[in-house]
Amino acid sequence: MAVLGALIGLYIGVWVTNFPKAVAAGAAPANSEGANLTLETVASVGSKYSPTHPSWVSYLIRTGGHWVRNTNWSVPANSVVHVTIYQFDTPTGLRNPFLAQVQGTVGGTATLDGKPFQTIEPEEASHTFAIPELGVFVPLAGVPEEAKHPCEEAPCEPSTFDHRTITFSFRTGKKGRYRWQCFVPCGAGWYFGNGGPMQTLGYMDGFVNVV
Amino acid sequence: MSSEARTGPPGEPNHFRRFGTLWIIASLIATPLVVVLLGPSLPPGKGSEQAAGQVTDNTVLLGMATPVLLLVVLYLVYAVINFRQPKGGVLEGPAIRGDARLQTYWIIITSALVLSLAAYGSWRLIEDNGAGSGSGPTPLTKPEGPVMKVQVIAQQWAFTYRWPEYGGVETPHLVLPDNQQVELNVTSLDVIHSFWAIQLGVKADANPQVNNIAFVKPTKLQTFEIRCAELCGIWHGEMFDHGRVVTHSEFETWIHEQQVKFAAATKLLPPYSTTYQPEPKRRGG
Repeated sequence: MAVLGALIGLYIGVWVTNFPKAVAAGAAPANSEGANLTLETVASVGSKYSPTHPSWVSYLIRTGGHWVRNTNWSVPANSVVHVTIYQFDTPTGLRNPFLAQVQGTVGGTATLDGKPFQTIEPEEASHTFAIPELGVFVPLAGVPEEAKHPCEEAPCEPSTFDHRTITFSFRTGKKGRYRWQCFVPCGAGWYFGNGGPMQTLGYMDGFVNVV
Repeated sequence: MSSEARTGPPGEPNHFRRFGTLWIIASLIATPLVVVLLGPSLPPGKGSEQAAGQVTDNTVLLGMATPVLLLVVLYLVYAVINFRQPKGGVLEGPAIRGDARLQTYWIIITSALVLSLAAYGSWRLIEDNGAGSGSGPTPLTKPEGPVMKVQVIAQQWAFTYRWPEYGGVETPHLVLPDNQQVELNVTSLDVIHSFWAIQLGVKADANPQVNNIAFVKPTKLQTFEIRCAELCGIWHGEMFDHGRVVTHSEFETWIHEQQVKFAAATKLLPPYSTTYQPEPKRRGG
């Protein structure tokens, strides 16, 4: 009985304290302050990254020269985070067109394939990068359906497949843990598009740990 | 319970009378104290006419519940003291065979309590234009005088706000002018949420394809907390924000700033409507 109790206690203890390790943002280039986050969004994460859900849409982060499926990131407090997102998925469209405007970034803008933009057409959005508590909302335009070299499965290398490149910067404030999420209903086949990868940590949402 | 059982065997005090007296005295002392001392500090505070009304309602409920609570707790203590098993004795209590008079009193008193609360609640809902709750698309009563419309749009997992009288601009935060009747039109773009402005005493379900109207008149300059009160998915607990009640001039300044800031997004919005049938459906099905 005591052994069983200890095992149950151990299981609960591990379950309660088990939290995915955060991937630290990379250092910014020498000529700028802050940190760098390099991300990609893929239509199918593939069995290499998710044996149980290979068809799920997902974010990946670049760290140590590799793409990693981890949506728990750490960035420095009171600094500027420079974000580059390679977007490989096709458009789904925003349910709320209000989120088609870039909000909360440095200068209130972002760049799409090198060109500054403030809004995109709501139906062209494939995903968003949003940290609601920090007021950051950035729509990510999708790769056209007729793209010649679409990436079917992660990892997707920008040098090989058709993609959109979105860059922007945002300022972090005090230390804390902030959720981030995609606001496009991109969970294919799920109720209102917001199930599956949209409701499971490690795919289309996670935490930004400001440390 | 026969009258013999209630009075007990010869030599035994009349517990019914003794306990009844004790309970009445305790209730007469405790109820006013609870109403006067605890009442003013009950939630949700007095941030709006509706919230102040809810404080009154909660005080009425507490005042009516106090004698009931005392009845239960005092009887428990009384029974432990007076009816415990004597040392060394193994006694059976008197058989209880029903008491029509007691049962009649019980039914009459409890029915009166519940029905009077139901009548009071109904009157308060009508008298206070829904008392801060969602009253559906066609509320039974509406406040008199000018009313400012604000649309509350819920989606997984954030609230945004649309202002039909200010060019249909949408904002990520809620700021309201003080002493202004506000009509909140609450709807959802996906699943069921619930808009809860805690200190303003407003709680209205946000249903897709439904316009749920709640009225509020803020009466205090303050920051108030907004939360979703309907379990709506993984980030339900993170679906919160802070709103502000400001002076009229501060509100005018703020809303005009928002019109400029979100001019680009406003052009992309559909015409203002009480509900929306949002696209896309491709992924969600």
